[in-house]
Amino acid sequence: MSGRPVVAVVVFPGSNDDRDAAWALGAVGAEPVFVWHEDDRLPAGTGGVVLPGGFSYGDYLRTGAIASLSPAMGAVRQFAEDGGPVLGICNGFQILCESRLLPGVLRPNRQLEFVCRDATAVVENAETIFTRRCTLGQELVIPIKHGEGAWYADQGTYVQLAARGQIVLRYAEDVNGSFAQVAGIVNAAGNVMGLMPHPEHAVDTLLGSADGALLLAALVDAAAEHVALALV
Amino acid sequence: MKATVLVRPKQGILDPQGDAVEHSLRKLGFDVSTVRVGRVIDLELEGDDEERARAEVRRMCEALLANPLIESFDVRLESS
Repeated sequence: MSGRPVVAVVVFPGSNDDRDAAWALGAVGAEPVFVWHEDDRLPAGTGGVVLPGGFSYGDYLRTGAIASLSPAMGAVRQFAEDGGPVLGICNGFQILCESRLLPGVLRPNRQLEFVCRDATAVVENAETIFTRRCTLGQELVIPIKHGEGAWYADQGTYVQLAARGQIVLRYAEDVNGSFAQVAGIVNAAGNVMGLMPHPEHAVDTLLGSADGALLLAALVDAAAEHVALALV
Repeated sequence: MKATVLVRPKQGILDPQGDAVEHSLRKLGFDVSTVRVGRVIDLELEGDDEERARAEVRRMCEALLANPLIESFDVRLESS
């Protein structure tokens, strides 16, 4: 058995950051494996799942809505229910919200413009499995690139999430009209996270920042733990 | 039976698309105070049972056609 935990990267028609995600996961110690959206199961021994960025199904109807009904998402839902770590990036975040695996929804940016630049996201909870390589209050510089990245939930839901530490990343400034500048959230169980910034584009200082590697490497740690747990 | 589903942004939900259209209409000289942009979905269904069709289309809306967090929907039916 190799020491590298398998992390499945689900590929939907219209995904376009799947290869970058796989490359970055490999760079931080994972064995990335692509899973086609029509597959209704994950590879044996999968320790983690990444839903990559892109424009699955052309963003038809609502971003992530069609992808949330794909066979692969059935397998991801089961994996998440079994406690497996799942990270949704950008379109992956949108898919997780449409799947109701995460609360809220991603809406068109308030400025109605596609935003593509480095953004600073502040770590609001450093105790999740995704952020435990970070420190509380740490500022992560990670690129964002989206037209529909304004997270929305009603006030009551937001207050509940904030009280439970489920708001994990918050933009240092308002970049898209996201409710309370939320950039990333985690589910109540703590094993499913979605974020709009792209950690897979920030794993090497040569390209401006390696802050994204902190999140991905933490996912790989969690994947290794999930695999070990399954073997017990 | 034909069904038309009107999906609208819920009241109180920010609608940047509607705001942009409103600005453009004003620029063209139209006197308009609010614009909200939604979506129309036309469906054709088997059978003529209106009550059943309405229930079925409502289920479609809840499962896929609308996101209840941010959108409301209306179902209109007409016999084809």
